[in-house]
Amino acid sequence: MELDFGAVLAHWPLLAKGVAWTLGLTAVSALLGCILGIACAWVRSQGPGWSRALVGTYVELVRNTPFIVQLFFIFFGLPAAGVRLSPEWASVIAMVVNLGAYSAEIVRAGIQSTPVGQFEAAASLALSRMQTFLWVVLPPSLQRVWPALVSQIIIVMLGSAICGQISTEELSFAANLIQSRNFRAFEAFIVATVIYLLLSIATRTALNWLGQRFLFGGRRG
Amino acid sequence: MVEFSLWDILRNLLLAAQWTVVLSLIAFIGGGLVGLALLVARTTASRAMQQGVAGYVQVFQGTPLLMQLFLAYFGMAMVGFETSAWTAAAVALTLYSSAFLAEIWHGCIKAVPKGQWEAAQSLALTLSEQLLHIVFPQAVRIAVAPTVGFLVQLVKGTALASVIGFVELTKAGTMITNATFRPFVVYSCVALIYFALCYPISLYARSLENRLHVHH
Repeated sequence: MELDFGAVLAHWPLLAKGVAWTLGLTAVSALLGCILGIACAWVRSQGPGWSRALVGTYVELVRNTPFIVQLFFIFFGLPAAGVRLSPEWASVIAMVVNLGAYSAEIVRAGIQSTPVGQFEAAASLALSRMQTFLWVVLPPSLQRVWPALVSQIIIVMLGSAICGQISTEELSFAANLIQSRNFRAFEAFIVATVIYLLLSIATRTALNWLGQRFLFGGRRG
Repeated sequence: MVEFSLWDILRNLLLAAQWTVVLSLIAFIGGGLVGLALLVARTTASRAMQQGVAGYVQVFQGTPLLMQLFLAYFGMAMVGFETSAWTAAAVALTLYSSAFLAEIWHGCIKAVPKGQWEAAQSLALTLSEQLLHIVFPQAVRIAVAPTVGFLVQLVKGTALASVIGFVELTKAGTMITNATFRPFVVYSCVALIYFALCYPISLYARSLENRLHVHH
């Protein structure tokens, strides 16, 4: 048994491109997924009854099925219903739909732990329900659940390795491509795995810093 | 082309779903045993050992399960084991779940109030007695709900074994799609079967959580 990492690292442009795709997919779907999650959390806490049931069904369906099946359904299943998507778009949509459901639950937990006095104070200032939600309830709720949200974003980033299966050119796809060229499968996947580990550590550090520094006013938290 | 009725599709998927269940159970039980060993090492062993376990957990939680499956598949072949998709999937998922369970249970032990440890120490119990009689019984109560919850994650994780060629529910879905050209119907059925497997476990985990009045 002989390991040859040089043969893998020689393909560094492929790896770099894969990392860029992985980070890009993650960034876009983290942003859109969190917005979707906040919207769903709002509906579930204040929306009309039928919409709560609808969002509840969406959340439970996504949380109780594997991401790979969601991705295959969107990429292979939807064209049969007339919606044709590129691998990249299918990946983004699957990741947004997936993160949306999980972040909805996380944000909802944050909203539920808002003290009643906050609502009463907002009402006494004659804020509308929308204003109350956006300016009074949401910011401290997000601050409370930020670490959980960051963990979920990282889970989605690691999950994006599956998008290589529908030929989105992210990091695991790059590793697969490299091993198909030089037959160094084990080394290629070791390198990719180490990069994923570094990415997840870096992303967690960056998002925690970002949350404390910019999103939640710096001094608190 | 063979004509597949909806019933044919469902019947074949349900047959394959048995393997999803078997793989989940093996990984859950195997992972539980390895996780328990890791937990003991993390609570009792030397500092270096504790950090080793923490590193192990970090590696498995910080890398994609898909990569872990590939590494098990190609790595076991490299060191000379005769690998099938089946053994690689079982090994990778067992290690994966051992890391998560060790971490969950470690959190549960830490959730036992410090006063309990101190009280046990003041009774001159040895470390193993403290753990066995005072800490574990309380930690187990806290641990049941998140452990059941993790089972859902594990069942969904077994879907990735399809990528290295193990024929479980997702792989069967892909194969039936290739035979019938009806991806919409087939993947809907696949998703519904996963949902039927996971949703009751999710509900059970939630009811356990409510019953014990334990959060997180």
